Amino acid sequence: MTAAIEFRGVSRVYGELRAVDDVSFAVEAGEFFAMLGPSGSGKTTCLRLVAGFDTPNHGQVLLDGADVSAVPPYERNVNTVFQDYALFPHMTVLENVAYGPRVRGMAKTEREARAREMLELVQLGAQGERRPAQLSGGQRQRVALARALINRPKVLLLDEPLGALDLKLREEMQIELKSLQKKLGITFVYVTHDQGEALSMADRVAVFNKGRIEQLAAPRELYLRPSTAFVARFVGSANVADAALARKLGLGAPFAIRAENIDVQTESASLSPDSVAVPGAVVAVQFHGAASRWQVQIESGEVWSALLPDSRRMNGVAVGSRVRLTWPREAAVPLASPAG
Amino acid sequence: MRAASTFFWRRPYWYFALLLVPPLLWFGTVYLGSLFALLAQSFYAIDDFTAQIVREPTFATYKQLVTQPANVDIVLRTMTMAIAVTIACALIALPIATYMARYATGRMKALFYVGVMLPMWTSYLVKVYSWRLLLAKEGIIAWCFGKLGLSGLLDALLATPGIGGPSLSSSYIGMFLVFVYMWLPFMILPMAAALERVPGSLIQASADLGATPSQTFRNVVLPLAVPGIAAGSVFTFSLTLGDYIIPSVVGAPGYFIGMMVYVQQGTAGNIPLAAAFSVVPILLIFIYLSIAKRFGAFDAL
Repeated sequence: MTAAIEFRGVSRVYGELRAVDDVSFAVEAGEFFAMLGPSGSGKTTCLRLVAGFDTPNHGQVLLDGADVSAVPPYERNVNTVFQDYALFPHMTVLENVAYGPRVRGMAKTEREARAREMLELVQLGAQGERRPAQLSGGQRQRVALARALINRPKVLLLDEPLGALDLKLREEMQIELKSLQKKLGITFVYVTHDQGEALSMADRVAVFNKGRIEQLAAPRELYLRPSTAFVARFVGSANVADAALARKLGLGAPFAIRAENIDVQTESASLSPDSVAVPGAVVAVQFHGAASRWQVQIESGEVWSALLPDSRRMNGVAVGSRVRLTWPREAAVPLASPAG
Repeated sequence: MRAASTFFWRRPYWYFALLLVPPLLWFGTVYLGSLFALLAQSFYAIDDFTAQIVREPTFATYKQLVTQPANVDIVLRTMTMAIAVTIACALIALPIATYMARYATGRMKALFYVGVMLPMWTSYLVKVYSWRLLLAKEGIIAWCFGKLGLSGLLDALLATPGIGGPSLSSSYIGMFLVFVYMWLPFMILPMAAALERVPGSLIQASADLGATPSQTFRNVVLPLAVPGIAAGSVFTFSLTLGDYIIPSVVGAPGYFIGMMVYVQQGTAGNIPLAAAFSVVPILLIFIYLSIAKRFGAFDAL
């Protein structure tokens, strides 16, 4: 089976900046694929290359097995939900949704019936005659989705679609988007800088850093087995021990250890034999409801964090106290590349 | 100083008053006041015998304006010229403004803006008189046509009834060229400003949904740029309607509204008729804007 999208050694260079640097990957048809990374990591440029708003300097972009590097956006069977929604302000909601069929020459009654169907799908059936400016942020987001889906694209590209919504709405939309994708069976490519979003929705996640893919894996794999220090920190908010610290602790390679696997003890507590311990001083304790995050400065000067149930309070331990961070030996995840 | 700042911060109305009263006094009395004084004059009439202004409200002057064929001719002639100049300016400005606003960057963009505004830094009179030289029978334009072996074409153009004449500088074609040259920047700048405000993502979204570049231009860019085009066309239209120097220096001998206003309030001493003539452009602009609004030109604002 040919991949819905394939990148073969793709680079996009702007002057000195290598926005996308020799990237290769494939997205299977029907997959929910997330591109995760900080701003400027190349994920949005990759999306633009798929949509056709940009062309690669090197390599090939393939859609359904065909090289589309020289195909303009209006001839690609791909549609986009933009970060700012990009709704046409001079058209009604219905006209916005009907725009795709309109420019492809569908008759007015037919395309408006289709547009109404799409609006029903995103639960905006009653809002067709309004202008985008009269809608709330969440409603505009749904209009953008309906407008992008009306052409029945093979691939739907979503560029930080939930970035402008508040937390509660964002969580609702995550569930809705996921179920919509299952229902329609369309390939979704979802760009985000929010690791929670990527982990909870995607089938596979590509983690971008400095124009390259650091790791491409399923969410659980990415979280439990990060292959690089960058992925460990960005996806799991894990603590990373560099080669020097690892050697000192008697562990060969640099490793990552997630905050929820670390326990905080007083220096006098007894240490179990299969645990590893690092001494440090408490910098801050942040209350997060169910859990508290302990920030502890270890010998190297780095601040590590440990996530403890809020019930785990310790008498006499306050900011500035000397403590010990301990974790079971097998909880450490060895990293392939040097800690950076 | 600090106490005064605090006073204005706590009482914003005083602040707004301080901000607005001086300019509004100027605007209200000197600017609008003189305009209304002029408009009021148009409802007086001149006594044919004594040539004195009779200060009694009457529509006699307006009647004179709309019933005398010579006056109607002047209005129609000026209006036709203004429409032609506006259309020509819009057609020439659109590609230039599109390039300036959407494609040019850095030095190229600066170069275009300076290039568009540069002619406005020179005296208007100098430009009009140099155009008269350029367009003269022995001028450089006629000379170029001659060198290219196209004199016949120029002669045929000048032989066109209504708009032709003995030379470019004494024909309506020449006058039209000068008007288009003069007012082009007033069309390009608002148009470029409007095109620049169209977000790039809207253009990408249109292409993404399957629209070809020309469809995107018609369905997205143009409707959103229309307020700017309307603003630009109000400039070119009203500037042409009111100008009296270009028609008196270049072109055929027929009178234009601006010249008529100048003559009537000056040598003829018929201020009411001059005032009535100056109401015509205001009325025409008003009608133009109403039509533009009806067609949804300002819906995107």
